[in-house]
Amino acid sequence: MRAKETAPGRAIPHESASLHVAGEATYVDDIPELAGTLYVALGLSSEAHARIRSIDLEAVQNAPGVVGVITAADIPGVNDCGPIIHDDPILADSEVQFVGQPIFAVAANSYTAARKAVRLAEIDYESLPAVLDVATGRQQQSFVIPPMHLRRGDAEQALQSSPSRSQGAFSIGGQEQFYLEGQISYVAPKEDGCFHLWCSTQHPTEMQQVVAHALGIDFNQVVVEMRRMGGGFGGKESQSAIFACIAAVVASKLGRPVKLRLDRDDDMTITGKRHGFEFAYDVGYDDDGQIHAARVDMAAQAGFSADLSGPVVTRAVCHFDNAYYLGDVAIDAYSVRTNTQSNTAFRGFGGPQGAIAIEYIIDNIARQLGKDPLQVRKLNFYGRDERNVTPYGQTVSDNVIHELVDELESSSDYSARRKAVAAFNRDNEVLRKGLALTPLKFGISFNVVHFNQAGALVHVYTDGSVLVNHGGTEMGQGLHTKVSQVVALELGIDVRRVRATANDTSKVANTSATAASTGSDLNGKAAQDAARQIRNRLIRFIAEEHGANLADIEFAGDRVSWGSGEIAFDELVVQAYQNRVQLWSDGFYKTPGLSWDREAMQGSPFYYFSYGAAVSEVVVDTLTGEWKLLRADILHDAGNSINPVIDIGQIEGAFIQGMGWLTSEELRWNEAGRLITHAPSTYKIPTITDCPQKFNTRLYQNHNVEDTILRSKAVGEPPLLLPFSVFFAIRDAIASLADNRINPPLRAPATPEAILDAIDALRGEHQ
Amino acid sequence: MANIEIELEVNGRQEQVSVEPGKTLLHLLRENLGLTGAKDGCRSGDCGACVVIVDGRSVNSCMVLAPQAEGSSVMTVEGLAQGDELHPLQRAFAENWAFQCGFCTPGMLASCYALLEFNDNPTRDEIRAAIAGNFCRCTGYQAVVKAVEQAATELRVLKGGSRNA
Ligand code: FES
Ligand code: FES
Repeated sequence: MRAKETAPGRAIPHESASLHVAGEATYVDDIPELAGTLYVALGLSSEAHARIRSIDLEAVQNAPGVVGVITAADIPGVNDCGPIIHDDPILADSEVQFVGQPIFAVAANSYTAARKAVRLAEIDYESLPAVLDVATGRQQQSFVIPPMHLRRGDAEQALQSSPSRSQGAFSIGGQEQFYLEGQISYVAPKEDGCFHLWCSTQHPTEMQQVVAHALGIDFNQVVVEMRRMGGGFGGKESQSAIFACIAAVVASKLGRPVKLRLDRDDDMTITGKRHGFEFAYDVGYDDDGQIHAARVDMAAQAGFSADLSGPVVTRAVCHFDNAYYLGDVAIDAYSVRTNTQSNTAFRGFGGPQGAIAIEYIIDNIARQLGKDPLQVRKLNFYGRDERNVTPYGQTVSDNVIHELVDELESSSDYSARRKAVAAFNRDNEVLRKGLALTPLKFGISFNVVHFNQAGALVHVYTDGSVLVNHGGTEMGQGLHTKVSQVVALELGIDVRRVRATANDTSKVANTSATAASTGSDLNGKAAQDAARQIRNRLIRFIAEEHGANLADIEFAGDRVSWGSGEIAFDELVVQAYQNRVQLWSDGFYKTPGLSWDREAMQGSPFYYFSYGAAVSEVVVDTLTGEWKLLRADILHDAGNSINPVIDIGQIEGAFIQGMGWLTSEELRWNEAGRLITHAPSTYKIPTITDCPQKFNTRLYQNHNVEDTILRSKAVGEPPLLLPFSVFFAIRDAIASLADNRINPPLRAPATPEAILDAIDALRGEHQ
Repeated sequence: MANIEIELEVNGRQEQVSVEPGKTLLHLLRENLGLTGAKDGCRSGDCGACVVIVDGRSVNSCMVLAPQAEGSSVMTVEGLAQGDELHPLQRAFAENWAFQCGFCTPGMLASCYALLEFNDNPTRDEIRAAIAGNFCRCTGYQAVVKAVEQAATELRVLKGGSRNA
């Protein structure tokens, strides 16, 4: 059985490889423009919170090259593009809620003309009090959605009776997605009040819906087409909506094709990011380091509106356990309204934030007990048959964390390197090394049950070539390649005969966002279902036509065979066509067995869990706070990988991206609430020079216990947690300055400044 | 302001274009010549998505005003292949999956091409230095380095000799 489930070989090229290397892969901005295309620039709020007294756009309107200007009053339908709660204005009308909020849009004959004109606006504001940080918002009970509470047992009682406690606070910054291709929408008016939208988005269906709402038209009047994104990472799930809506309103008002492509600075100033979190914790444990109770208060910086904060914070709550059984638990989680960008999805979707908090606490416990943190981690892992229920009530039934970590511990030579690091630190005063191994467990599925569905269409043409269209979007994660492989495997043909086409709301309807790592799980299954129906029709046809025994019919190597005969796939389809066999099919899939009670925060929200672990070794210059990642070793569980090359690429990329979040990528706002790190010159994403010279990534040999597509596991988000090991290796290096006895109060991102602050605090306490 | 007429060679073809004085080489290529390979990732010289080769050197084309390119010879990702024959670098990028979303790829290829033209036996550190100005948000860069190493080896074999094999 195993062999059959294995995907057809490793040497499968990326579905667009030849286009990418030739510079011919088309992104939205590369689509040849229609005659009469106008270009839009946005007028943004300069205030964090203010009432708009008046807007004077006369000079803007009269500027050279300007064709039209729109404000909220020009929106024919609803002035809202919020994904869940309707608190996201497309254009601010009477009130602005953050610096950078769009107020008006200018359409001109060129971007330069539009941008120049924007500056001529006169807007009169009346300042209102602004909340600019989480602590203030938390204090003022300023929330975008009601607080969430999860309880298991009596945490208070269990804390009281625990032999020891670890209490404190930890803060972690947000992160800009920095998709290399910025947000962009291109809209063309069509006949009969219809619109065609090309949009760089992870959620074409939602773009279709919000555009229809904004224009006050039916969903069937809007077609959204999306071939590929230049990266998404969550930032193009809900937050492509505002741009799609603005472009559509302009196109509708002026009756011309309209392109809205953001400058990088505007993109970073307007769009939401990964939520920063503040944690306050109290954890009880025994002399071995086993945790008996945990109480945590987590406050996320939601920004000015709800956007996806509800599900993000839910996922943070559901990942606070990471891979550990925590005993009695009390979690209170707050989505704090601040007058900043509305934070949103970013790879991991709150999961990494929740999980790093418990890692921080376990790190503390180990140092308080004078143990290697790895020992304490292992001690607290979920058990197989007991201590295996999460705080939200789901039984962990596919646990491989013990074996996986053991394997990595030995393959990375952890214990010998632990000794070598200690020896190095004995001999060096200024340069200090640190080592850490951190595990991960990540739940797969949307936390909202009904999102876990997908559709696909498969067409077999009479020359034997195949086209597949499905509800997922391609953003670099290799989804189209994997789905094509699944279809090819089902029909027994070479993957090169299968073409995956652009996501298109007029083909597969009512799709979910390509998010929550579910892209290939959902769409792969839907495409398999479609291909299987065609295959079954072909099987019946062969049985009738050639008198074959159903059980003997096999599809492989571009041929179909049965005991006594065989036929080339393309000949078969011609025969089938001539005998009026339907050679195309739709397919559908819904993930089984999910449940979630939002109020009680209990249920089985995840179909299964992914696991992984990483070891990182760093050297820190304790005088300057500079550091370097010397080596990273990763072992990650992708189940029975559909495509190991794609999965390893996802893991490496997520590791470096997550390392950026935890170390160099720092978001800063000034006292006026203006994001001052709004360009790559000040916001530092990792480059090759930040990558370790030794970087070993391997897939853990596994097989999903659940019936997922080819028994694989999702791989988009989970590896974002692997670089926790980098953060804790830095903390380990710092702790060596005080004989690993004191816990350095290191915040994330661990910039050189944060590292020096932690060193200072440590030295202060050590004296 | 009046447009400026400029002449330059792009991918071996002589081109005459009329551009606004403030236009960048990147936008001349993308908008006037329809060569959309080089990408606009930041327009501030930071990300490397727009890298092309100008007179043999890799440059951020968003930082070059079009009139400054007057008389120069420009090569973009579209000019790398010889007809249908991919350049070894292109093949190596494809074989090693040196991209995910692919948005950084044209710039990455241009930077690596410039490196290999000048040094066909680069050390790993030289490769790292050559792409230090090219952001990739997807891959974590490992596959890119591997691809360049493979391409360098192939190029040396094709040339039938090397500095030291
Ligand atoms: S677009 Fe030129 S460096 Fe980013
Ligand atoms: S492949 Fe997406 S930025 Fe490099």
